Amino acid sequence: MSNEFRLADGGRIDRDRPVRFDFEGQQLQGYAGDTLASALLANGVHRVATSNKYGRPRGIMAAGAEEPNALVQVEAPFPEPMLPATTVEVRDGLQASGLPGKGRLATEEDPARYDTMHTHCDVLVVGAGPAGLAAALSAARSGARVIVADADTEFGGSLLGSGQTLDGRAATDWVRRTTAELAEHPEVRLLPRTTVFGYYEDNYLVALEHRGDDASSRQRIWRMRAREVVLATGAHERPLVFSGNDRPGIMLAGSARTYVNRYAVLPGRRAVVFTTNDSAYAAAIDLHDAGVEIVAVVDAREVVSTYWASLCVERGIRIHASTGVVSTSGTDRITSAHLSSLGPEGNHPTSVRQVVTCDLLLVSGGWNPAVHLHSQARGSVRFAEDIGAFVPDGTDQAARSAGAVTGVLATGKCLTSGAEAGRDAARAAGFDAELARVPDSKHAPILAARHLWVVPGSGDSDGTTQFVDLARDATVADVRRAVAAGMDNVEHVKRYTTIGTAHDQGKTSGTLSTGVIAEVLGVGVGELGTTTFRAPYTPVTFAALAGRERGDLYDPVRVTAMHDWHVEQGALFENVGQWKRPWYYPHSGEDMETAVLRECYAVRSGVGMQDVSTLGKIDVQGPDAAEFLDLVYTNKMSTLKVGRIRYGLMCTADGMVFDDGTVTRTAEHRYLISTTSGGAANVLAHLEDWLQTEWTHLRVHLTSVTEHWATIALVGPESRQVLADVAPELDVDNDGFGFMTWQEGNVAGVHARVCRISFSGELAFEINVPWWYGREVWEVLMAGGRPYGITPYGTETMHVLRAEKGFPIVGQDTDGTITPHDLGMSWAVSKKKDDFLGKRSFSRPDTARTDRKHLVGLLPEDTNLVLPEGAQIVEQPELGEPPVPMLGHVTSSYRSAVLGSGFALAVVKGGRDRVGETLYSPVGDRPVPVTVTEPVFYDKEGARRDG
Amino acid sequence: MLLIHCPWCGARDEAEFRYGGQAHVDRPPDPNAVDDREWGEYLFVRDNPRGRFSERWVHSAGCRRWFDVVRDTATNEMSAEVPSRSGRR
Repeated sequence: MSNEFRLADGGRIDRDRPVRFDFEGQQLQGYAGDTLASALLANGVHRVATSNKYGRPRGIMAAGAEEPNALVQVEAPFPEPMLPATTVEVRDGLQASGLPGKGRLATEEDPARYDTMHTHCDVLVVGAGPAGLAAALSAARSGARVIVADADTEFGGSLLGSGQTLDGRAATDWVRRTTAELAEHPEVRLLPRTTVFGYYEDNYLVALEHRGDDASSRQRIWRMRAREVVLATGAHERPLVFSGNDRPGIMLAGSARTYVNRYAVLPGRRAVVFTTNDSAYAAAIDLHDAGVEIVAVVDAREVVSTYWASLCVERGIRIHASTGVVSTSGTDRITSAHLSSLGPEGNHPTSVRQVVTCDLLLVSGGWNPAVHLHSQARGSVRFAEDIGAFVPDGTDQAARSAGAVTGVLATGKCLTSGAEAGRDAARAAGFDAELARVPDSKHAPILAARHLWVVPGSGDSDGTTQFVDLARDATVADVRRAVAAGMDNVEHVKRYTTIGTAHDQGKTSGTLSTGVIAEVLGVGVGELGTTTFRAPYTPVTFAALAGRERGDLYDPVRVTAMHDWHVEQGALFENVGQWKRPWYYPHSGEDMETAVLRECYAVRSGVGMQDVSTLGKIDVQGPDAAEFLDLVYTNKMSTLKVGRIRYGLMCTADGMVFDDGTVTRTAEHRYLISTTSGGAANVLAHLEDWLQTEWTHLRVHLTSVTEHWATIALVGPESRQVLADVAPELDVDNDGFGFMTWQEGNVAGVHARVCRISFSGELAFEINVPWWYGREVWEVLMAGGRPYGITPYGTETMHVLRAEKGFPIVGQDTDGTITPHDLGMSWAVSKKKDDFLGKRSFSRPDTARTDRKHLVGLLPEDTNLVLPEGAQIVEQPELGEPPVPMLGHVTSSYRSAVLGSGFALAVVKGGRDRVGETLYSPVGDRPVPVTVTEPVFYDKEGARRDG
Repeated sequence: MLLIHCPWCGARDEAEFRYGGQAHVDRPPDPNAVDDREWGEYLFVRDNPRGRFSERWVHSAGCRRWFDVVRDTATNEMSAEVPSRSGRR
């Protein structure tokens, strides 16, 4: 069984390059240039897959991306699910098997690389068949920057498989010469193996290029912005609906012609051709001339073309007019077609008149223009009666359609319309373009087609074996059921029946289903319309879309000046926005809880050090800086003296807490404000927004300086001594350097701004040095602190320390529904200012309610218990019947070294009025008792902050 | 991917911008002078037309400047890109 269906010569395969591949355990041979489908057919394999719903045998129906049936799972070189055999190139080592509808994703990591390209062009030509090539030629000769993209491995489109002539020579000669000329133009880029799958606003198109498994990147996504677009996307042949129209060996006529001419493969020995139009005759003639016995041409029309009839007569091919195939026989392959004469309406066939044995049934119900991209571009379509399909009908985008997609099917007309579209597109893009000469083609007269949607079957009156969408196993019976359920709109029927929703997006079934629905409803196809087409035109892997933006490159990673030191010390890291922040520094054998308790204890009893460089920093400058900050912070910043620091809260206009940080007045007209690590970009955007669009009269400039300064928090009772040792010039006494003030001076020989800020309640200094010196100063401080047992600590310890003091973290203890008053921070809300963001909202009835959720502390009765963050708070120890009223939830929860127990912060309805009460929190399957407390657990008097 | 004309930088991909909602929603000059209902409308109520809509965009991955455009919400056609002057949310 080696290539017994391969013709001795001809075709566009490379017979000098045989390839071996494996299909379902069979070792088969094909040639370079084959698709998996053509290589299978060459070896006589027709049954490829099993239908996903009914488990029916399915074969190869088409020769391109429209294939609804022949889905394969590729196992090697790399597992890929659900690929149509008609679009897989064969290569040595290819291993594939047929699929029952569903595929299997690879479990191992894909070793291939995927890339993304961004480009602009004057004219993008989609499709390189006769129309696309003619368009590209006209446009390219004007000097316009042209991109030509085509899904196939080589340019030529239908010309590759039709065996026709242009200018009296093989059409493929013209394709070769045209492609060669295009390649010579310096501004032209040719993209074979590239499917344009998405067409978005403003002529933004996205394509997938298959570069092959050996290329430096396996696939590339092209993101293209085009001034003008020419859609030369061609047409797909439409199958016919009759009983048993899904058996292996039933093939679209034009596709069979392609297998003969392009791949030199006979798709069968003995064929019946069933058509409603002229185009299938060319297939009958080509197959006959290649050696296939054409038993009968079955034409649904009463009158057939004399041109084609005479060619058939010459070859002894019998034509049955006014006849249809109403059913078929065969299990793994068609064995016979059952013919019956059709009345003029086609609705009342008599019983089966004739049974014809065959191993191949070619069908053609006409051609569906591939309007997918046009439709994606929000172009409208209209029903063209002459071809019985939908054609483009105008678009607001700078695009035009050319060739078969417009409903013209003769090659000569496709060439002309392509050349015109290319010229017009180039002119619209500002180039002086002329019409490229198109070659002469033989043009047979075309006789009108018959629109035949459903061929009624004598043995299948309910339509359960009349398949409309083979990929979805959806039948005429399904359509009838949908209509009977009251659906009279194609979009609804599509969703009810799933017609058109498979991998092929209904390329063969779309128009057909509209026709069938229209017939069932008894309305015109044109008035029913078609469904909306959406990207992607063909399936695209997520790997391709992700390109290189995966793993470490998925999102930028930001690290501080001291990052490498943290890594060397074995720190574990926490992601905060894009930042990597040290989470904790475990000693050998320590788990997280042990490490954090040790770090907490060190800070409270000695000295610790944290890298806080990630806090956002914004330099606010200008004569109106003070006025501006008064408007965006809840507290008053204009009264802050130079040299001093104030904690500040920001709210959005609705009065909800948005961010917090410190405000340092560095000069009369200059402030440095800090933000949360994750919120820096949003705060800057928020401030810019108000500055630029509301308070445009304010003379203020904002600059992000987060990465200008490395910041080290030196924290704990011994911090003053450590600082004094490494910064002898600084006055570190409490009298000379008070809380919430700053000084400049040398720290470890580097000019620094030192601030007395504390986020732990302990005596603390924040040392800011230029980023470049961050690690150097950090190491000097570590060395200087060694005699005091200095301990580096991470974000987890910082969280515990601040929670012990009841300091909320915006975004953890708040969620956009919490006001400063809810946090118990009314002290940070100015009563003197007339206006600031949030002020007016505090008096809205909902915001002013006294039973809002308040931030409180919780102490579980079981001191060993650490409540899970997010745990609900309820009133009663018994939950009772749902719905159980929820009073609030835990926002922060840790084990405390100084308290010797677990503790939590929570937002609880009317919480400040419940201090001392016992509430319950369902943990696991039981509500556990917790005591409501003030949110400050440690050093309520604030005695520790000055050392 | 819309092509948006930043009044300062020219035509750029939509991915460089952030959306800011309806334009010309004036903040009451004296928020304390409006009643709760008016204030609530200023905070939360926005138009949602099919058709022409004045809206705000910021060139966040470029010049960071805000500007106003008129966009047709049915077709995405944009016109009249001008620097934002007043009326934010």
